[in-house]
Amino acid sequence: MFSGYCPESFFDEMFQADGTPRRSCRSVVEAISQLPPGEFQRRQKALDRALLKLGITFTVYGDAGGTEKIFPFDCIPRIVDTFEWNHIEAGLIQRITALNMFISDIYGPQEILKDGIIPRELIEQAKSYREVCRGLKPPRGIWCHITGTDLIRHSDGGIYVLEDNLRCPSGVSYVLQNRYLMQRTFPRIIAQTGVRPVDDYPLRLYSTLKHLAPEGVGEPVIVVLTPGIYNSAYYEHSFLAQQMGVELVEGRDLTVRDGHVYMRTTNGFEPVHVIYRRIDDDFLDPKAFRADSMLGVPGLMNAYRLGNVALANAPGTGIADDKVIYAFVPEMIRYYLGSEPILPNVQTYVCAIEEHRKYVLDHLDELVVKAANEAGGYGMMIGPHASVDERQEFAERIKADPRNYIAQPTLSLSRVPTLVGEGFEGRHVDLRPYILYGQQLWVMPGGLTRVALRKGSLVVNSSQGGGSKDTWVLARPFEDATSEQSREAFGTQ
Amino acid sequence: MLSRVAESIYWMARYIERAENIARFVDVNIRFNLDETQRGRDQWLPLVQITGDDELFAERHDRQEREQVIEFLAFDTEYPNSMISALRMARENARTVRETIPSEVWEQLNEFYHFVRDRDSNITSESLEGLAGFFQQIKQHSHLYNGILDATMSHGEGWQFANLGRMLERADKTSRLIDVKYFTLMPWVTDINTTMDDLHWSALLRSVSGFEMYRKRHHAITVRRVAEFLIKDPDFPRSILFCLNQARYSLDAINQAGRPRVTNLALDRLTSLNQGLQDLNVPLAIDTGMHEFIDQFQHRLNDVGAAIFETYFDRARLDSSDFFGTAGLVMGSQ
Repeated sequence: MFSGYCPESFFDEMFQADGTPRRSCRSVVEAISQLPPGEFQRRQKALDRALLKLGITFTVYGDAGGTEKIFPFDCIPRIVDTFEWNHIEAGLIQRITALNMFISDIYGPQEILKDGIIPRELIEQAKSYREVCRGLKPPRGIWCHITGTDLIRHSDGGIYVLEDNLRCPSGVSYVLQNRYLMQRTFPRIIAQTGVRPVDDYPLRLYSTLKHLAPEGVGEPVIVVLTPGIYNSAYYEHSFLAQQMGVELVEGRDLTVRDGHVYMRTTNGFEPVHVIYRRIDDDFLDPKAFRADSMLGVPGLMNAYRLGNVALANAPGTGIADDKVIYAFVPEMIRYYLGSEPILPNVQTYVCAIEEHRKYVLDHLDELVVKAANEAGGYGMMIGPHASVDERQEFAERIKADPRNYIAQPTLSLSRVPTLVGEGFEGRHVDLRPYILYGQQLWVMPGGLTRVALRKGSLVVNSSQGGGSKDTWVLARPFEDATSEQSREAFGTQ
Repeated sequence: MLSRVAESIYWMARYIERAENIARFVDVNIRFNLDETQRGRDQWLPLVQITGDDELFAERHDRQEREQVIEFLAFDTEYPNSMISALRMARENARTVRETIPSEVWEQLNEFYHFVRDRDSNITSESLEGLAGFFQQIKQHSHLYNGILDATMSHGEGWQFANLGRMLERADKTSRLIDVKYFTLMPWVTDINTTMDDLHWSALLRSVSGFEMYRKRHHAITVRRVAEFLIKDPDFPRSILFCLNQARYSLDAINQAGRPRVTNLALDRLTSLNQGLQDLNVPLAIDTGMHEFIDQFQHRLNDVGAAIFETYFDRARLDSSDFFGTAGLVMGSQ
């Protein structure tokens, strides 16, 4: 099966440069190689049919007809060994702890600004900064209950944080469904390998939300708030509500009376205590944010401020996933926790800073430029792939609004073998683990491995031709604990 | 349960039932017209009349033959009451309540929809060979959906709304079938008590899967007994009365489980409609005009539907009331 597979000059998650499987992947490679000819392809096809039958789809914006698309799934898993995972987990817990402290600080005493660690104007000019959140005290001091952090592995073998997603990170439903499908499709291989489970996520999410219940409410009513069926992540909203056994509500199902939130039921109004909202701040409450929002609930922020309802994530958390603020996260970790970051950032140039801007404008053909407030791969330019005109256009945009742009070196994302036609070819991947902040911080073992299915492409977003893979975090360290991979994982320490 | 969710479940069930009934009507008519004795009497327009959308059909088609009628009723994606449109609506409604219905129900419904949308290329309104098996499979898909719904979903409020929707729709479709068949068949009947084995009457029974059950109960076919069987047989699962008793059972369960209401307009109307059917003198109804009877029945059935909307789904109405669940507050009354 893998004969002729070549990692080329890239870091391959499954194979070493000489073409032999990595220690952690040996048994999986062997098991796949032992399948009868054509069997792997046959199972992949069966799985594609299952996806359609299950209706696991996402919606593409601006695509009028047949708006539902299947999120392609590739059967070769991305494997993460125990040592490396422990490293990632520790790094994420550290990072989310610091980010939560940062958000508390920004909407509270603003000491990090007073101490000059982050320039005040960068915060105040951020589109995601919410003045209306100043002085808010969210339940249990937690702002970012659910985070999805994007990690990449660079050609140097190190794991880097590419983005923090602290608003409404999506994709976790694919992780659970991918695992379910893999268990159905490759039961023997998955059992032999010893993979850490992910299917307790909905239960843990439920506990995380329950932890936020207003004082005195023992059995809170929890709901998931969705923008509705036309949202690209609607399937996920519905899936999570179903798996937690809670109502999936739209803004029009909710109403605020005397500072309390109610839902409209067949039995009249029923109280709601905790809202897992999958609507951006802007649309949450037309009285507090955008007045033209049809999706939100008038008066919701007031109910929140009174402590009668909890929101997850808290409004205002977007300030921490602004791509400019991202550049300062390592400093935050040092400032709030007094320790060195376990997971490094990708080198980031902040165009608002003059020397950085100068460098960026001189090196546009080497850099990836990103708008500070766009997600989903929009508002982005990959320098080496861009035309002269596109580069010129971005140069103008940067000069016109430097605050809104950052730039990073073009990274060589690691690759994983992916089924293409009859054989395997390397495709670039990233990894989004999900972190829950309830009574404790918990990191889902694994997460969403997104894969750029187009040959040579570095863009893994579902809206831009990306697919996904199952992520297998190995439950047991392999016998030789000082193997090449674990040294690699800790190489920098 | 959220009003919006209850409403979507109710409509999901109605649309599936609607799609199944269209398949039944078309299928039985195809088979009926295969018979040699029917040569030259090929009748397809009555199928369109069942839907009440004759005008729309006339706008879209010049000819009223098999191809046009089947195309219109089964496959016309621009005709909102076609089988494929009904399935699409069922699926759209299901998609908004996916978290409430069991995954198995969603999967079956999804597969059902894809089966029709991505049908084999030999399934066209011209191809009798392809169509015969196709409509059989539609019924199978619908039965599978209903079986999965009943066997996997807790018979709580959500299921009761689904059952309510499907039973009201089924009662409505049986009544429309009687109406149209009566219209086309009555001219040949002189005495409603005469035994006859006209193909039309067996076809009518077969279209509701009732031929065998009828035989067991009554053996010989008379107009009066067929009408009685389809309108008020207490045990046959597609008779109007049976369906409405089931609907009443569900509405009652929804009412009982909810907060006490002083009155419940939906339940009151349905109860009185059922009582009327139970007491119906069928020979008298035939004498005074079956069409008038069915017409009146359908008005009253629509009134039940409207009352269900007002009582359970109408959020504007809820907002203008102060129904916070304290006992004694009135909802659904005038």
